[in-house]
Amino acid sequence: MSDNGNIVGSKLEEALRAGYFVATGELGPPQSADRHEIEHKAQFLKGIVESVNITDNQTAVVRMSSISVAVMLMELGIEPNIQMTCRDRNRIAIQSDLLGAYALGVRNLLCLTGDHQTFGNHPNSKNVHDLDSISLLQVCRDMRDQKIFECGDAIKGQEPRFFLGAASNPFADPFDFRPYRLGKKARAGADFIQTQLIFNVPKFAEFMRRVVDLGLHEETYILAGVGPMRSLGGAKYMATKVPGMEVDPEYIERMRNSTKDLPSIREIKEMDDPEEAKAARKARKEAAETEGIQICVDIINACKEMEGVAGVHIMAIEWEEAVDSIVKACQIGPKYDPARQTA
Amino acid sequence: MIVAEQKPLEEIKGMIADAETVLVLGCGTCVTVCFAGGEKEVSILASQLRMATRLDGADKEIREFTVQRQCEYEYNEVAEAHIQDADVIVSLACGIGVQTMNEQFPGKLTVPGLNTNGLSQPTEQGVWEERCQACGDCVLALTGGLCPIARCAKSLLNGPCGGSQRGICEVYADRETPCVWDQIYRRLEELGQLEKLMEIEPAKNWHTSRDGGQRKIVREDLRL
Repeated sequence: MSDNGNIVGSKLEEALRAGYFVATGELGPPQSADRHEIEHKAQFLKGIVESVNITDNQTAVVRMSSISVAVMLMELGIEPNIQMTCRDRNRIAIQSDLLGAYALGVRNLLCLTGDHQTFGNHPNSKNVHDLDSISLLQVCRDMRDQKIFECGDAIKGQEPRFFLGAASNPFADPFDFRPYRLGKKARAGADFIQTQLIFNVPKFAEFMRRVVDLGLHEETYILAGVGPMRSLGGAKYMATKVPGMEVDPEYIERMRNSTKDLPSIREIKEMDDPEEAKAARKARKEAAETEGIQICVDIINACKEMEGVAGVHIMAIEWEEAVDSIVKACQIGPKYDPARQTA
Repeated sequence: MIVAEQKPLEEIKGMIADAETVLVLGCGTCVTVCFAGGEKEVSILASQLRMATRLDGADKEIREFTVQRQCEYEYNEVAEAHIQDADVIVSLACGIGVQTMNEQFPGKLTVPGLNTNGLSQPTEQGVWEERCQACGDCVLALTGGLCPIARCAKSLLNGPCGGSQRGICEVYADRETPCVWDQIYRRLEELGQLEKLMEIEPAKNWHTSRDGGQRKIVREDLRL
């Protein structure tokens, strides 16, 4: 590993440096000022993953701020990984927030450009984009390693020391450039990378071969992005409606087959007994969810075999309960990794 | 060139509601070329306003005139008699022309009949695409001659982001708008200059853009 990732003391960094196959999780803050929702979701992630990403107004929808949720997670005994986008803050606000986040105890930071506000619930807002994900990484690295602000002024006193992450989408175009762009992020300061959701394993494997050929897995830890599909409809939506996402038709077929021996939705509608219909709907839901989790487990197991993959980032937003089943089946993470139990 | 589009008629009617005599004043430069504010568009708008105000029972005297370039005092002087006769002037120039008129004729209010849209290239008949944001620190030499400030929805300097698929930007609902960073990649590939994309562009100096405040060029060598 390069030495630009000086120990910041986060559990995530320590687990990666120890060589464990790491699992991280994700939590989407509420669209309200209600902390109970966070406490509810947190119970499904505590002790199960190394650290939990907290999204920064994901898809440009107003939510509780990432840093404030990070503080709540730390109170609950969970290590946060805050996400910071360039959409809503200029370099002054970003550096200011990061000074505060460090002082509050946050140690992991994922640097992103951010989804365009067109996708969110305030499409008429003004966007900032003073920095982009790569220049943001440089700013954060220089604050940590050079003890300077972006303007060059020295940070007098404690500098913010974050274990720095970045995103990578192996399924975006131009495919040939994607490994090089990951390399630019590593050079700009990314100690770890979390990828877009993987539902096309052969393409990700090709991406990783190129990354390894460039030696980038020696410069940064690469966590493969994974997540469970919950229904056939959800799988189809991801396959056709989400830009930058590729879904192997095999998984759509598996989701379809998961319920084929059960009463169809039409048959359920025609059932006279409401209790029977309710039970049948539940059975369909559970069958689809079981298969969705199994597909996720299969993808993780495939990633484990790939050279250069240091772990997985499990995105089960609004289905945090699934994470325990996934890491248990894969035997990874602080609770289930056999290597961790003897250590 | 500067391109603009006419405001909705209802909005223009609202701006002249209290006037009896209205001058619709066109501009013979950029907005004539983009068919928004030249002599022809002045004539059409004036006719529309005459009809609309008559139908509303608030008949107005609507006059029309077009100067060669509304952003310079000397060209507006020829319209002075018309301007003095009017209660309000509806300018069909860009925002620069509207402001020049208000400054030059402070006794009269000049209101905008157009929305100024940007610095664009006519890419086909009836289509204008933004090409420049006048950021004041041109990066086109780094990017194969395609501007990511104006043409990337996030003004990225280290693109393309993860929302670029099959050459299309994810941001636009039409799913047809090209990702400029994909275009930059292909252009540099053709030029044999892909190594330029391996360089990291650090945080940009936006002070040269509007972020540094209103900009002003002073050329001492040209001043009288």
